[in-house]
Amino acid sequence: MADWVEACGVDDVEEEDVIRFDHGGRTFAIYRSPDDEYFATDGYCTHEKAHLADGLVMDDIIECPKHNGRFNYKTGVARGAPVCVNLATYPVKVEAGKVMIQIG
Amino acid sequence: MEKKRDYSLVGESTRIAIETGLASADWYHTDVPRKAMKELMQRSDGPAIRDTIIWIVAILGSAAGIAWFWGTWWVVPFLLVYGVLYGSSSDSRWHECGHGTAFRTRWMNDAVYQIASFMLMRNPVTWRWSHARHHTDTIIVGRDAEIAVMRPPDLLRAALAFTGILDFRYSLPTLVRNAFGSISPDEKSFIPEMELHKVVTAARWHVAIYVAAIALALYLWSFLPLVLIGLPRLYGSWHMVLTGLLQHIGLADNVTDHRLNTRTVYMNPISRFIYWNMNYHVEHHMFPMVPYHALPRLHELIKHDLPEPNPSMWHAYREVWPVLIKQLQYEDYFLKRELPPTAKPYRDEFHALTVPAAAE
Repeated sequence: MADWVEACGVDDVEEEDVIRFDHGGRTFAIYRSPDDEYFATDGYCTHEKAHLADGLVMDDIIECPKHNGRFNYKTGVARGAPVCVNLATYPVKVEAGKVMIQIG
Repeated sequence: MEKKRDYSLVGESTRIAIETGLASADWYHTDVPRKAMKELMQRSDGPAIRDTIIWIVAILGSAAGIAWFWGTWWVVPFLLVYGVLYGSSSDSRWHECGHGTAFRTRWMNDAVYQIASFMLMRNPVTWRWSHARHHTDTIIVGRDAEIAVMRPPDLLRAALAFTGILDFRYSLPTLVRNAFGSISPDEKSFIPEMELHKVVTAARWHVAIYVAAIALALYLWSFLPLVLIGLPRLYGSWHMVLTGLLQHIGLADNVTDHRLNTRTVYMNPISRFIYWNMNYHVEHHMFPMVPYHALPRLHELIKHDLPEPNPSMWHAYREVWPVLIKQLQYEDYFLKRELPPTAKPYRDEFHALTVPAAAE
């Protein structure tokens, strides 16, 4: 059974931005979209080990800070070179002002 | 003199770089608050559309001048302008659009990237991946596919680079080889297998256009089509080499701090337009997400942590020349640039392992 884990407060992430969340030896990226929805993916780029939380969120895209590889952070789909492998995504819910992610 | 460095991407230096952790290492970054960095990273179509319109108008205008004055001495200034726009400024457009930072709109980046790749005789697929490697492993011997001047330096080769001859001699046969489906072991070392077929397709398109230009030249019985398509790579690449060589030449290799292996040089506004602000090269390597038009602002923000920039290209070449001469005898020699008192120190405890003798 996958656990719901508190990642951050709803105001810890600015609109159209991302923050890093470490849990259980793993790293995740928590996104707040321009329309105020929250999403979660693995924290590292699938191309090379770079923290996506240092990248740029534009609409539904996260751009990796190292080589500008792009993913749709809502679906995890890689959107062109140099990223070819999709990003893992995780279910997210907001409860009592906290962003919770379900980690398998 | 024994040559120590193996610049092959599948050789002894590659093995050592991977084993010692130099490959895909964590690099030094100057601390920049997230809010400031987010602002600097913001994309906008405006500056690049403006610059691209100027660029295209200047290219078409100078091409029209060449065609109009063809056969007279009046053609020379137009050749000078067209050559530099075609053979040099295409490099910075290729570079910035390859990063996807020039425009906010993706297709605009891709369109200019493809056009500039053609102008440079660069396979757009191969070079996208080689440049990703250049950013992962900047001037790491055996890993970086874009080291312009290897050690010990071949000064004749460096001088000939200004004519474009060597690059032409490498680029054209590479395109033809790729068009026939041949990918070298070095290319395979940084291009994922799933992308290899795209290398061949892109090369075939480029070769087809060159064949068409040659056919047109034969039909018209005139060199004019080739002077406009292909040959500017020879007579117009000098500015690209003039600015590009300074990026890393004479500085450290096998380090993980861009302040040690990359150079920022203040340049005149015309060169900065041609080069799209890549004279702020330390800043670009540290933060490749920042678009070219925001690099001067990034420079102001982090210059307290960087070596003093060279005040001009002339100054930078004067500084690097004696270093190159010394490297002829002692290839480990390099220029270790001083940091200001406000900067965080170089991580000597790590670099001392791989740089046995630094020049002060």
